[in-house]
Amino acid sequence: MSAVDPTFDLDGQPVALQPGDTILSAAARAGLDIPHLCWSEEVSGSASCRLCTVLAEGRPVAACVTPAVAGQKVECRTPSLATQRLRLLQMLFVEGNHFCPGCEKSGNCLLQVQAERAGMTDLNFEVLNPERPVDASHPDVLFEPNRCILCQLCVRASDEIDGKRVFAIGGHGIATRLLIDSPSGRLGDSALSVDDRAAHICPVGALLPKRVGFAVPIGQRRFDTEDTRG
Amino acid sequence: MNASSPSPRKLRVATVSLAGCFGCHMSLLDIDERLFDLVERVDFDRSPLTDIKTVGEHDRCDIGLVEGGLCNAENVEVLRAFRARCTVLVAVGACAITGGLPALRNHLDVGDIMQSVYGRVPDDPELPLPLNRVLPIHEVVRIDHALPGCPPPADAFWQLLQDLMAGRTPVPAPGLIRYD
Ligand code: SF4
Ligand code: SF4
Ligand code: FES
Repeated sequence: MSAVDPTFDLDGQPVALQPGDTILSAAARAGLDIPHLCWSEEVSGSASCRLCTVLAEGRPVAACVTPAVAGQKVECRTPSLATQRLRLLQMLFVEGNHFCPGCEKSGNCLLQVQAERAGMTDLNFEVLNPERPVDASHPDVLFEPNRCILCQLCVRASDEIDGKRVFAIGGHGIATRLLIDSPSGRLGDSALSVDDRAAHICPVGALLPKRVGFAVPIGQRRFDTEDTRG
Repeated sequence: MNASSPSPRKLRVATVSLAGCFGCHMSLLDIDERLFDLVERVDFDRSPLTDIKTVGEHDRCDIGLVEGGLCNAENVEVLRAFRARCTVLVAVGACAITGGLPALRNHLDVGDIMQSVYGRVPDDPELPLPLNRVLPIHEVVRIDHALPGCPPPADAFWQLLQDLMAGRTPVPAPGLIRYD
């Protein structure tokens, strides 16, 4: 071991890195936020949302799966990346049906808070209003596909943590959707249990344990602050 | 009196609720005593706060605040008149920006909804025709700014109005962007 830990440069800040680090995991350990949606330290990376795109030596890469390299110059907070993140978030909103004022996840939702932080005030694009029937067949877990952003966190958690492989992604383009491994294709007939990690890892309000939606009142949630709730 | 510095022209502000619940207007009123400041500096044009029926009837309107999305043909007509007469148009609140909760009906057939609510399709000529989908206003007219929230916080209204009155591009302060 050298006396000084190796570092890379993130927007002018030195970030210490350890063997096996990605740009995002090293930044997260240092308390520096790289906007992300589909990354969690609990499971492997999937690079599906691309919100974490940064410039590594000028080249756009997904920070959640790109190994951190000592001495490298990484840019995250540039005006053009900010615009790209904003457009990406707006596309995620218009591709689903996100009714935040009536959503149990509001205030705990990673998509919502990333959009707020990105300064999103409007949708920019045409609202698609896709037709996606709700699956309430499971006794303890609701699947609300209108809010699913196809981040695959539930897929990876079911596979890597629960060892069950309840979920997969299927279809192409705008018809891509979350598939459930059960004879009927419905959640109630799958092996999912509310005790599974997959039932809790969803960053948005698409997979939700039932009967706890408003146990924590609006105003006291994860991303609520004095600023926002007065 | 100092004749060399005439007070600046008061700005004209219009507001309207389309397919909205008036919650955004209530939040605007929640700026409380700052309303006194506001009326020193603006005149209200068409608005639920005045009895003016047509926006910009006598003059162009500087700022139009639109609450609510579009659920019927009358909403579209009113919105187009606002766009034509207002220099700056602001989409205010979740319904104007996204369609909001009224857009929950977008998956249902309008005829079926009428049948189940009224037992028939109402046909009084006074009633505006419903649109088959509830639309956010940016799908019909160009908007200049948007103020998100359900409703937007009173402080967000105040900041927007202050920015516009000062001729600045409004940028909501961190924490004032909410979608619920
Ligand atoms: S999942 Fe998040 S972004 Fe979507 S409606 Fe719920 S709170 Fe809003
Ligand atoms: S259900 Fe949730 S965790 Fe699973 S893919 Fe959709 S958004 Fe991601
Ligand atoms: S967090 Fe890296 S691609 Fe989603």
